[in-house]
Amino acid sequence: MPIRPHPGLEIDGFTLGEQLHKGGFATIWDVTHPLYRTPLVMKVPTIMDGYDGPTIVGFEVEQMIMPRLSGTHVPRVIGQGDFAVMPYIVTERIPGNSMFQHFKRAPLPIAELIELAARMAEAVHAIHRQHVIHLDLKPDNFLQRPSGEMVLIDYGLSRHDLLPDLLAEEFTIPMGTFPYIAPEQYLRQRGDLRSDLYALGAMIYELATGKMPFGQPEKLSQVKQRLWRDPVPPRAMRREIPEWLQEIILRALEVDPAKRYQSAAQMVFDLAHPMQVRLTDRAHKMAQDSRIEVFRRWRKMRNIKAFAAPPSVASQIERAPIVLVAVDLSPEMEPLSQAIFLQVKRMLNNRPDARVACVNVIKTARIGIDQTTDDHGNNLHVARLVGLKAWAEGIDLTDDRLTYTILENSDPATAIIDHSEANKVDHILMGARGHSSTRRFLGSVSAKVVAEAACSVTVIRLREGEPASDAT
Amino acid sequence: MRLALLTDIHANREAFEAVLADIAQRKVDRLVILGDIVGYGPDPGWCIDKVEDLVAKGAICVRGNHDRAVGVPDGALNVNARRVIDWTVNRLNARQKLFLSELPLTVQDDDTLFVHASANDPGDWIYVTSEASAMPSFRVSKARLIFCGHVHRPALYSCDLSGRVASHIVAAGNAAPLLKSRRWLAVIGSVGQPRDGSTLASYAILDRTTNELTFRKTGYDAATTARKTRESGLPESLAQRLMKGI
Repeated sequence: MPIRPHPGLEIDGFTLGEQLHKGGFATIWDVTHPLYRTPLVMKVPTIMDGYDGPTIVGFEVEQMIMPRLSGTHVPRVIGQGDFAVMPYIVTERIPGNSMFQHFKRAPLPIAELIELAARMAEAVHAIHRQHVIHLDLKPDNFLQRPSGEMVLIDYGLSRHDLLPDLLAEEFTIPMGTFPYIAPEQYLRQRGDLRSDLYALGAMIYELATGKMPFGQPEKLSQVKQRLWRDPVPPRAMRREIPEWLQEIILRALEVDPAKRYQSAAQMVFDLAHPMQVRLTDRAHKMAQDSRIEVFRRWRKMRNIKAFAAPPSVASQIERAPIVLVAVDLSPEMEPLSQAIFLQVKRMLNNRPDARVACVNVIKTARIGIDQTTDDHGNNLHVARLVGLKAWAEGIDLTDDRLTYTILENSDPATAIIDHSEANKVDHILMGARGHSSTRRFLGSVSAKVVAEAACSVTVIRLREGEPASDAT
Repeated sequence: MRLALLTDIHANREAFEAVLADIAQRKVDRLVILGDIVGYGPDPGWCIDKVEDLVAKGAICVRGNHDRAVGVPDGALNVNARRVIDWTVNRLNARQKLFLSELPLTVQDDDTLFVHASANDPGDWIYVTSEASAMPSFRVSKARLIFCGHVHRPALYSCDLSGRVASHIVAAGNAAPLLKSRRWLAVIGSVGQPRDGSTLASYAILDRTTNELTFRKTGYDAATTARKTRESGLPESLAQRLMKGI
């Protein structure tokens, strides 16, 4: 590297200001460019004299992956420098500190940590959707925009599904940050997005308890222990942690990726709907597993070579979609809702890891006061919820992947679209109520959802006089 | 600047036409043909004429071992390949033979080298099929990008600053960034006789601006080429392999 960074250095139109940060592998500089008004930072790898393979390859990976990412959860890339002169990446500067400051305050108040956890998981899902697994999630790598969104930085260990994995053969030891690294990363597997969910689980554990689930191992042999040794249940340290939150944390920290959340979006969903998290033994656990149990796991795990991994990031997201099913419960729509039910059953045959969010909309008046009770004084909301659960009877989803929500809106289509966006829904399933000419003029709910939703929409329609029991 | 890289056309008119039609939709500025216009297939004359026409319009073309065998007998070719070359020689006119004999073994364009087989000894027709067999090309050539064919299966190798060679898996259709911190060797898949388990015709697009390489595949009427191969009296196995991509 012929040029070393220093204040006042001009390169490719950028002028270096003060050094903002000096880390083990790189320095961060305040830079300006006459064409950009927004604050910028430059990251320059610290390359040792001679050949410094891991640092160089890590930076190559970052230069390769970062320009391919977009959205609010990633810093926008402005420029890149050649290794022949001086390697660098210039990005927008995210004001504020990293999440590290919040971790120093841990344990945090429950409401605050849930908010942070959901935002962190949301950012992780955003990069997963762009074929990237981060593989080095830790507090320092989350920055928070003033608007609240988390921004993920430092892609030096990341894996892009569709690009060559330059790191695959670079390292002979597992890569990552030991307190947060997933068991399969210890086994040198770099292709599973659920590794990031494990790291999220470890971080939420820390925010909730003030302790790292596996301490701060310095040696690899200590990292390996997480293949059989379970962490102290968070509620054993802090009773006010709700059972559902312990359920979420310990599920994310499952050793076998197949037992964890199957996508970050599904984790966000649970953090947003705590009352619907189905509690298992994980939620009630108050002590670490017995020695006999741990010994049994040690015998099973000590020689394990790999866990089953999905063929690609995209296929894993595809396997585990969030599906919103909008159901009309009125009696005349029974044949249609029956047809939707059959469609859900069929879909679950292909995508067994899907999460199904059943939704019913109470249409409110645009003006005036709504009746929240029926003529007999029964709560309308509760009645609808009972109806929705009755409709879903027979949809077999083994764990907590079936939820029920009643929305209220004067415009049912808007309610469905907003709810699907807020919950990262991948697919909406709904019925169309026939095809009368009135509907053509007034516009139908399904037509509006199809036109305006950000995700795929499947519309079920019955032919005139056709019964719903057409298949299965 | 976008380059389309084609190789191992092997007298397969249908595949060549399909690839050119696909390229026409993808805003390509220049064509590069990495040799083996003839051999194996039933349409050598048409394919040479087409390449000659493209070269007249600015395309780059280097010579492959089958192109050379038309003028100089090559004992290294297998029995079927030699049979087809004997058949081919009788169907080419003097101008077409002259065109093949005048093709260069390599073309260097700026930091990029085009060659049919391994760059370390271009006339020896060595297959680049592994990291070890890619290494000599990086050693001998100073080019940052080396493109070759001959293997009929697409592959991508890089040589990092320490001189270590790594192979990379890149699926067709995904743009692979050819990082400036390394040197790269890409083996382009075959237009006219794919052997990567797919019957689709292979080629690649190099985008000089974004510095990305994309392997591409396109379908063509292989059944017609197979029928013409049989009708020309060429070996049955050559017709069959087109239908299997082996």
